[in-house]
Amino acid sequence: MTLPTLISIHDVTINIGAMPILVRTDSPEFAQMLEDRYGKFVTADAAAAVMELEIELIPPGRVCDAEDVSVRREAGRWVMERGDFRAEWDPQCRRGWVRQSASPYAIDGVLRILHSLILARQGGFLAHAASAVRNGRAFLFCGVSGAGKTTISRLAPPDVVLLTDEISYVRGFRIQDSGFGGPKSEVRSPHSQARTPDSGIQITDSESRPPSSEPETQCPARSPQPPAPDPSSLAPDTWHLTPAFEAFGTPFAGELARVGENLRAPLAALYLLAQGPENRIEPMSEAEAARELLQNILFFARDEELVGMIFQTVCDFVRRVPVRRLVFTPDARVWELIG
Amino acid sequence: MSPLYLAHSKEIAARVLDGEMMIMSARDSTLFSLNELGTIIWQAADGATSLEEIVAQKICPEFDVEPTEALKDAEAFVRELAEHGIMLLSDQPIAPPAAASKERA
Repeated sequence: MTLPTLISIHDVTINIGAMPILVRTDSPEFAQMLEDRYGKFVTADAAAAVMELEIELIPPGRVCDAEDVSVRREAGRWVMERGDFRAEWDPQCRRGWVRQSASPYAIDGVLRILHSLILARQGGFLAHAASAVRNGRAFLFCGVSGAGKTTISRLAPPDVVLLTDEISYVRGFRIQDSGFGGPKSEVRSPHSQARTPDSGIQITDSESRPPSSEPETQCPARSPQPPAPDPSSLAPDTWHLTPAFEAFGTPFAGELARVGENLRAPLAALYLLAQGPENRIEPMSEAEAARELLQNILFFARDEELVGMIFQTVCDFVRRVPVRRLVFTPDARVWELIG
Repeated sequence: MSPLYLAHSKEIAARVLDGEMMIMSARDSTLFSLNELGTIIWQAADGATSLEEIVAQKICPEFDVEPTEALKDAEAFVRELAEHGIMLLSDQPIAPPAAASKERA
């Protein structure tokens, strides 16, 4: 007689950008690694997850032949490949799976790709940028490797809260203005949970986004979803809506090897980093700002619709958020110019 | 010379920033920016107006240029855009559906 085998399931919900993703594994060691790595970004509220990812762990080694990351849409599903993982995500069912070894880098890569896909539809993006909060407002410091993201993060004074030294998370939201001069309240996309096919979340965007071409598919039953809010409370035509952007902390660390704080703040400015002999801020035209910001966006998919959306988001961004060039020398006094 | 009609490819997203027309090819993510003259031609590319009319109506009155020379330069410009896949050219008017694109002011 064969004794029945008990397979334990471990769920870890990782909440980045107010977008909780439930990661399911049968390996307690892998689950523990996730909890350790994503620390402040792990939430106990698994029911709030907007999608589920099943992890299939395999022995160390190459999972597929792809040298570079490849992200493509096939029959309504996103297929993501890199040498160390292969993953699929069905945006209709809000479920996916990842085949990888127990390496933390593979799941980190999958999470970055997933968030970049979700953000594209939400008027947001991931950028090569450090970000930090000072006096309740967020600042982004954008630049390629070697531009100074880690340096400026390391130089931050104690009153500055670091969101990330490597990959910044930005999403648009709308400020509701009643038009009567009263206080403004904010409509933030993660709280408006009418669902779009791709992301599972819909933002209250009064400007037209093209409808998704995702085909309708039958999805198997999944965990209960959080209740949708009353759609009338989000009707954009009842408010004068001013688009704005906010930054979220991320666990995606660079050379500083320090996970950012899991908080959010409205974006006050974006600085494009340039190292120089002194600290100064230089103005930039919107066109110049858009060109440089586009070069620093993390987006992995070859997808015409989403590329177009990101382009429009970046154009919105440079019109709403001050973008400046920050010439700085590795000296803590640079922070006297910020905030 | 037969008339040349021009329209925007469907596979682009475009915006004017600081008076500069920014165009992104959604096919390969290449970013283009046009100068003032290029922006005028781009904005007039409705599929129904020929390049000759655009030059005569929009460019020659605004700039001190000789019409034949201006048309030659304009044609070279739009053919370059067509080579990059962001503009459609035809010797017949181009139907509106083909001219539709993801553009905002």
